[in-house]
Amino acid sequence: MRYLLAALRKDFLLQWRTRAQAIAVFAFGASALLLFSFAVGPVAATLREHAAGFLWLGLLLSSTLTLAESFHAEAEQHALEGLLLLPVPQAVLYYAKALANTAALSLLGAALIPVMVILYDAATPRVPALLGIVLLGSAGLSAPGTLYAAMTSQARARQTLLPLLLFPLVVPVLLAAVKATSLIIHGDPMGQIRSWSLLLICFNVIHWSLCGLMFERVVED
Amino acid sequence: MVRSKTPYAFIGLAVTLLVWGSVWGLFYAPAETYMGDVQRIMYVHVPTAWNAMLALTFAFFCAVLSLWRSGMAWDNRLEASLEVGVVLSSLLCMQGAIWAKPTWGVWWDWDPRLTTTAVMVFAFGAILALRQFVEDPIKRATWSAVATVIAFADVPIVYFSVRWWNSLHQLQSSPETVSKAFHWPLRINAFGILFLMIGLISLRTRLAALRREEELAPPLPETAPRRAPIAEGASS
Repeated sequence: MRYLLAALRKDFLLQWRTRAQAIAVFAFGASALLLFSFAVGPVAATLREHAAGFLWLGLLLSSTLTLAESFHAEAEQHALEGLLLLPVPQAVLYYAKALANTAALSLLGAALIPVMVILYDAATPRVPALLGIVLLGSAGLSAPGTLYAAMTSQARARQTLLPLLLFPLVVPVLLAAVKATSLIIHGDPMGQIRSWSLLLICFNVIHWSLCGLMFERVVED
Repeated sequence: MVRSKTPYAFIGLAVTLLVWGSVWGLFYAPAETYMGDVQRIMYVHVPTAWNAMLALTFAFFCAVLSLWRSGMAWDNRLEASLEVGVVLSSLLCMQGAIWAKPTWGVWWDWDPRLTTTAVMVFAFGAILALRQFVEDPIKRATWSAVATVIAFADVPIVYFSVRWWNSLHQLQSSPETVSKAFHWPLRINAFGILFLMIGLISLRTRLAALRREEELAPPLPETAPRRAPIAEGASS
């Protein structure tokens, strides 16, 4: 636990020092939300109906920028090799990085919610529930995203490879998060949010365990 | 390396069975009551589906064994089975679209099995792309094995999530749900595609092994440039 906290502190510090990039990623996500509306036209009811999908597509596209950069500092000047020499389990490095990415994506998602509300008139009084889904969805994107970012940071064409590997894998996250968000915004008379949240939790349990196990193999020489 | 003729024998047997099963299915088996002749695509569609799943399941086992054992033999099999699996899954999507248009009225529907197959094509196709961008054969083997294990573990979650979302596809075919008159052409073609898959995976594994051999071979010693002998007594 002590090692995890130390690694987490290192990752949060790195994110704080590159906060200008987080602002640029937010601007990218907000501009994506603005552009989606041009695809369906200016009808307010249609925009409100698709608001949840747009929010999650905006977050998914922005996540590739955040995740791709998450191993940038470690990849430079072989810093990752230095970290791997530390007498700590290598999974600790993965979990710290994945938790830091989850925090970054959750903050980004939370920041994009007001943009969605303003652009698509998709306000909801159930803000804590919405933030809970954003957290679960962000964790779902971060678990495989961090592992693939570790891989692609050492490969050619990493900007292309990361979304190519990640997008098909996170289809369940996208589906469950969009459905749950939509039910929070438009109402849930059949009580379906619980099932979609459960799907997100299952995805997270499977991928956080599996990717944690696999990380050691990905970074070993 | 021993160049066995067995893969060619499998492919020859596969072609024979596929011709036999397809002629039976197209000309001798009765037409289905509601869909008519359109249903005859089932004789290639269903066997393709079974064998695509088989190829990708084999890829998963190769990935697990590649992570556990040293050497490149399982990585070569992984590369081969991934490629054949992706090709069969792509064919499956195309055949499904051809069958869907006259029966459902659309080329594509967001049904769990169609969507899961499409997701599989992209997920496993991305691993093939990853292999192209990693020069180090050891890293390539490890990363593609890890990605295959994760993608394979994701398939059931994708299926159930899309199933909750929407469903139109009929239930899985079994001897109880398919008329007896359709059984034999279906079985013959299923074995035909199975033998074709085995033959292609064997040949592709052999090709992958040759490429790995070349990649892992030590570099050739640099040959010194040949110089003309200096004539005795020559002065500069």
